Amino acid sequence: MIEIDAITKTYDEIAVVDDVSMVIEPRTITVVVGTSGSGKTTLLRMINRLVEPTSGEIRLDGDDNRSMPAHELRRRIGYAIQGHGLFPHRTVAQNIATVPRLLGWEKPRMDAKVAELLTLFQLEPEIFGPRYPHQLSGGQQQRVGVARALAAEPNVLLMDEPFGALDPIIRAKAQDDLLAIQKHFGTTIVLVTHDMNEAFHLANKIAVMDKGKVVQYGPPVELVRAPTTDFVKTLIGDAERPFRLLSVANAAAAVEPGEAEGEPIQEDRSQQDALAALLWSGRDALPVVSVGGKPIGRIKLSTLLKRAARLQ
Amino acid sequence: MRAWLPTALRGLLLLALLAFLVSPESFEPLLKPLVQQDAPAIYNHGSLLSLTLQHLRTVFIATAAATIIAIGLAILVTRPIGAEFLPLSRSLVNIGQTFPPVAVLALAVPAVGFGEKPTLIALFLYGLLPIFENTLTALTNLPRSVMEAARGAGMTGFQRLFQVELPLSLPVIVAGIRLSVVINLSTATIGSTVAAKTLGEVIIAGLQSNNLAFILQGGLIVGALAILIYDSLSGVEKLLTRRVGRR
Amino acid sequence: MKIRFDKLGVVIALVAACGVFSSFAVLKPNRILQGQAQSILDALPSGMGWGLLLVLVMAGTAAVLRMTAWAKLIAAAAALLVLVLAMGYAATFLTPSGNSYARVSPASGFWLLLFAFALLAADAMTRLRPPPWMRILFLVIAAFGIGGVLMSGSWNGLSIMKEYSGRADVFWTEAGRHVMLALGSLAAAVAVGLPLGIFCHRFTALKDAVLNTLNLIQTIPSIALFGLLIGPLAWFAATVPGAANIGIRGIGAAPAFVALFLYSLLPVVANTVIGLAGVPREANDAARGIGMTDRQRLFDVELPLALPVILTGIRIVLVQNIGLATIAALIGGGGFGVFVFQGIGQTAMDLVLLGAVPTVAMAFAAAVVLDASIEMNFRVQNGARSA
Repeated sequence: MIEIDAITKTYDEIAVVDDVSMVIEPRTITVVVGTSGSGKTTLLRMINRLVEPTSGEIRLDGDDNRSMPAHELRRRIGYAIQGHGLFPHRTVAQNIATVPRLLGWEKPRMDAKVAELLTLFQLEPEIFGPRYPHQLSGGQQQRVGVARALAAEPNVLLMDEPFGALDPIIRAKAQDDLLAIQKHFGTTIVLVTHDMNEAFHLANKIAVMDKGKVVQYGPPVELVRAPTTDFVKTLIGDAERPFRLLSVANAAAAVEPGEAEGEPIQEDRSQQDALAALLWSGRDALPVVSVGGKPIGRIKLSTLLKRAARLQ
Repeated sequence: MRAWLPTALRGLLLLALLAFLVSPESFEPLLKPLVQQDAPAIYNHGSLLSLTLQHLRTVFIATAAATIIAIGLAILVTRPIGAEFLPLSRSLVNIGQTFPPVAVLALAVPAVGFGEKPTLIALFLYGLLPIFENTLTALTNLPRSVMEAARGAGMTGFQRLFQVELPLSLPVIVAGIRLSVVINLSTATIGSTVAAKTLGEVIIAGLQSNNLAFILQGGLIVGALAILIYDSLSGVEKLLTRRVGRR
Repeated sequence: MKIRFDKLGVVIALVAACGVFSSFAVLKPNRILQGQAQSILDALPSGMGWGLLLVLVMAGTAAVLRMTAWAKLIAAAAALLVLVLAMGYAATFLTPSGNSYARVSPASGFWLLLFAFALLAADAMTRLRPPPWMRILFLVIAAFGIGGVLMSGSWNGLSIMKEYSGRADVFWTEAGRHVMLALGSLAAAVAVGLPLGIFCHRFTALKDAVLNTLNLIQTIPSIALFGLLIGPLAWFAATVPGAANIGIRGIGAAPAFVALFLYSLLPVVANTVIGLAGVPREANDAARGIGMTDRQRLFDVELPLALPVILTGIRIVLVQNIGLATIAALIGGGGFGVFVFQGIGQTAMDLVLLGAVPTVAMAFAAAVVLDASIEMNFRVQNGARSA
């Protein structure tokens, strides 16, 4: 659990982060969104003390994050950034082993961890381990960057626009990978982005920052249904509200007993995907199957239309 | 161009240089046409080989000292503790480059007398600048994301310096050392005007006795040394650049 | 509130303190013999000595405390001026009346103090970040200041000025020669190097060959290159009719001029090539897209955009040439080197200074002026962003 308690950071008398308090639950993904200059990156960097706050306190599992030297704190917190920041003079394996080496792990344990992570990120350890970062593609570099951040098995992973430099197709894949990894390790992730689609795709909770303040902090649905300020409304976009609502809910949640014709949809896809399939094929209902492929019911177009409306 | 040609040329140059230094007499027929009837065509007031070695020794000592001090200073002014000195150190480097080597050499004489010492001082001071400037440039232009990642991974200041900053800066630092050595090889010849034992002695003897062969052999030995050292340091630099993955 | 110290100021004050406790001036029985060192209080009448110390302590205090850059600059300038005037006075004070052989020179303490406060001035100037025109203004003020001190005759008692007064005519001839060598060879190098650079940029096949050749020339030590050109030029003067009449001879200024020219070519050509290669592709594409001919593109787009880099090359050449021109004296080419080498020969260090100090001053002034013009150019191109 990360407790951010009345944190303020001022540069030259200007508050970049202004009296922010929030609690981040363990094993969740929290996405901080906002325009550039809203203070979201500064807030993130205060968690691992790359920036020291002017006032306030941040507690990790109850302990003040200033209770140990900053570099020791950072070794316990994963950190991944835009443009990956891989060390160009070290191989992929050496890059991933950075923090374990700083922590003084035994060699066999390091090697095993590197191999495990590379495999997890679908990079063949024997092939990619000895390569240098410049010999990888952009998407591969980014995956190694995240793998490096996870190498010492941190409870908390901080990510600063980690997918900002990727093209849309690779980015979508990287986001899905991240969700899978988060499930695998149960890491608490705090991710900063300005991409609302990314936020809705990944977040358990979204914090919207504007001029140094957190103007709204809650589950994605809440942001769409009850935006607290005009700024949040603009950020979400009027025209996209109904689709955003559908995008954060599983197809499983809209299933009712019964049968339907045509191509089925898997229960873990979003309701937005289900709506798209219905509209495109011109049907009134479509069958839903479990992840295993077993039929479990159907979704009706009218149900989805109701769910997309403001009031339910 | 064929890939082996430059290497072959360098090997040839090295062989020619060694042959000339070990047995200068065998080259006499080549140089004879450049001098008047009775004048000697090969420098005869000392062994060319020992002069060359002394020349190299002087340059090596001065450059080694300059390298240590320059890198140390550049590291100091890029740490938080020395940050106040950074702006001034930049302008000092700029001003320092306006001091001509001859002036530095001549001005060192009253302080330490004639001989090798003023030459060492001049070469040291003149060698400092390129290395300091390059090290400073390298240390202040490291990729931001890499430095950020190093900090985020929990490296201490020392670990960042020795594991990330210096390894990444090395090619640029070597380029500075290379520049420094080549300048100093040439400047060391001027040291002979204040009685230092360098190859400049041969050239100055040639100027004084109007002996073109002396001037030519002195100049060519220094030129060949410069080319060979320049080339091998370029090689080192390329190797390092490839190692830090920037082609 | 706690008094905060300036780290650099502390270093400067320490250097200055060393200077105060070292000898200020040296009195020699004649221009060559070793002399007798004198401290500040010995070298000046006691009132004046204490006065000088007071000014130095005040300026040192200004250096140590955290103050505005302007305050520090004024403190440094005041200290330097007082120091220089006191040196001149010390010379007249120490020289026994009627003794025309005795010489007074500045000693290590004076140089340390000069260095310390020049450092303070340089640091203050760096922190002020003066715009280019202000830097040139500072240079002009400094030049007038030094000129004023020299013209006033307050330094006439010093050994270096006695060396000067003995050869005032020669000094200015050699100064003219020095400028001619440095600037003339630069002009020739630009006239040849700029087109050559453009040519290399257009025909890449040529580039490596030209740059490698010029690189080779740079490895030949300057004194050897000067010497090697004596032969060909002597032959040229003897065989080409009229060549001798326009001053081309084996020894003298001609080989020095040619050597400097050859050394200058590499920075000019290389920087022209680098500058042209650095022109953004979009700018070139746009120029082609709106229908410019190659010639229009060169003069309206490429050269203006490459100008800062080309000017940087010219700056390197000019500063380097001013320094190298001293070597011309070894082959009878004249210039300030004449005094340097005569001084080394006679072990008369004040004569060395007479050659070296103007050379350094000239190189420094050239660097300031060219840096300012490069920055002005750069600012025009990059607008407010570079500020």
